[in-house]
Amino acid sequence: MVERATWSRKLFLNFNYALLAFISFLCLFPIVQMIAISFSSGTAVASGRVTIFPVEFTTDAYRYVLRNKAFMDAVWVSVERVLLGCSLQMLLLVLIAYPLSKEVSAFRHRTLYVWFFMITILFSGGLVPTYLVIKNTGLLDSIWALVIPGAVPVFSVVLMLNFFRSLPKEMGEAAFIDGAGHWTTLIKIYIPLSKPGIATLLLFSVVGHWNSWFDGIIYMNSPSNYPLQSYLQSIVLMKQDSSALSVLDQSILANLSDRTLKSAQIGLGAFPILLVYPFLQKYFMKGIVLGSVKE
Amino acid sequence: MVFLSSLGGERLRSRFRLELPLHMMLLPGVIIVFIYHYLPMGGIIMAFENYVPTKGMFGSPWVGWDNFTYFFSLPDTHQVIRNTVVIAVLKIVFGLIVTIGMTLLLNEISKVWFKRSVQTLVYIPHFLSWIILGGILIDMLSPSEGIVNKVITGLGFGEIFFLGDNGWFPFTLVVSDIWKEFGFSTIVYLAALTSINPALYESAAIDGASHWRRMLHITLPGMLPIIVLMVTLSLGSVLNAGFEQVYVLLSPQVYESGDIIDTMVYRMGLQQMQYSAATAIGLFKSITSFLLIGTSYWLAYRFANYRIF
Repeated sequence: MVERATWSRKLFLNFNYALLAFISFLCLFPIVQMIAISFSSGTAVASGRVTIFPVEFTTDAYRYVLRNKAFMDAVWVSVERVLLGCSLQMLLLVLIAYPLSKEVSAFRHRTLYVWFFMITILFSGGLVPTYLVIKNTGLLDSIWALVIPGAVPVFSVVLMLNFFRSLPKEMGEAAFIDGAGHWTTLIKIYIPLSKPGIATLLLFSVVGHWNSWFDGIIYMNSPSNYPLQSYLQSIVLMKQDSSALSVLDQSILANLSDRTLKSAQIGLGAFPILLVYPFLQKYFMKGIVLGSVKE
Repeated sequence: MVFLSSLGGERLRSRFRLELPLHMMLLPGVIIVFIYHYLPMGGIIMAFENYVPTKGMFGSPWVGWDNFTYFFSLPDTHQVIRNTVVIAVLKIVFGLIVTIGMTLLLNEISKVWFKRSVQTLVYIPHFLSWIILGGILIDMLSPSEGIVNKVITGLGFGEIFFLGDNGWFPFTLVVSDIWKEFGFSTIVYLAALTSINPALYESAAIDGASHWRRMLHITLPGMLPIIVLMVTLSLGSVLNAGFEQVYVLLSPQVYESGDIIDTMVYRMGLQQMQYSAATAIGLFKSITSFLLIGTSYWLAYRFANYRIF
């Protein structure tokens, strides 16, 4: 039905469009400004002329950062962590979600296992005992400290379980009648059918692993083993960057400042997320809704 | 009878064989969760002893409740607990108000491309880590060079040290946390709105109800169940003031207004090596949180029929 808009409605709608545009701008502005600073010259930044566009455009900060061995080492630790951590998480996710997606009538001990995983959401031993367990199992200072302890993300298990449940049950039953066991049913039917769900959770897993930094700080004794975000924590937040600015050629240094360097490093830390974000966005609406709101 | 029971045993055994693969699938996950989540729970006995690393968990002397008495006798403890609760509650309350407001505004937009674009932009901060956002905030809010203070001084006011002034620090925490999460939080509410029957809006319009009244009497009541659910579940995070954010933005001059339980545990436990005292504080928080989360899930289950699994 078509309604004639009153003047107050029109006023509200225009105001609403303007307000939402402004809110979006506020959300984006800090990130845009950081990128603008990273591409500007140190003098332009110091004089406060940079807002959303780079002033005296230069890529020197990035060239300096990308040649910094410590930074690149940290990038590699992060890449390694994402590859190992996400494969392990996805494997365990599927293996745990499949049995738990069964009804109690098909899997008598389901409730027991559900509680086993649920309790870890409700209660944790805390920082220090967890640290000591990781220390005593010999994971300190190795990449596995970042990968194994968090290998079972319980909330993602819940999402995966709901994806499995949303598949038509008859399909699994038909496979069973044809003589397929649980393993075959999972690998040949459930996994191929829930590709969108798996893709969503994989992207979440990648974002999660890329963004984690606190475990890196506490479980890695030597900063050379830090993943990128932990490295950024120690460099960007500790305000100690200038000391590292000594060896490289002076022609580049003239254009740099602490702020442009920090911004470039922050920018590189955010880059992979901004890169996968469009793909992530396509899926997560569905994923979140399926997992969190059930009737 | 003998015959029957042996048949029953036979059936049980075949059922076990049928379910065996399911147990096998769960095994690796169960082992990892047991080692890295359940063993640390056993480690909480450290809270009742004076843990000495060389003597180990079983050789260290037992001190009973001493660590807890020590914790509650520290001059900072009450301040820290109060900071935690105040910051967490402010985040929950204002976060909820902003999110619901944002959902209602988005709901009034009929141009799909515009709605999509706004959503895409406001979700972005959610996906960036507090390290990235903290780095950006520290730069923007700097009293001498940051763009926010440039604007404030440009308007004729004095500089504000958002991250170094005890009066402003909790405010900064709450606002920046809302900035990061409000967009993404609208997803759940927008999903709830899609289930409202459009016929309700049409008949209300025919009856002459204005857009404002339709929002008040159809949209809001339609959102109410999910609002109740979210409020109930947020009860569980009253002691979670957001460790990562506070850790990134905290500095000693704002301990008075910004130090929270989690940052205190980290400092005492892993920096000052007071393992037992830190475990005791952590245990205090875990148990309180456990009661709160348990209550909130129970309430959510009871009144909103919400189940996690």
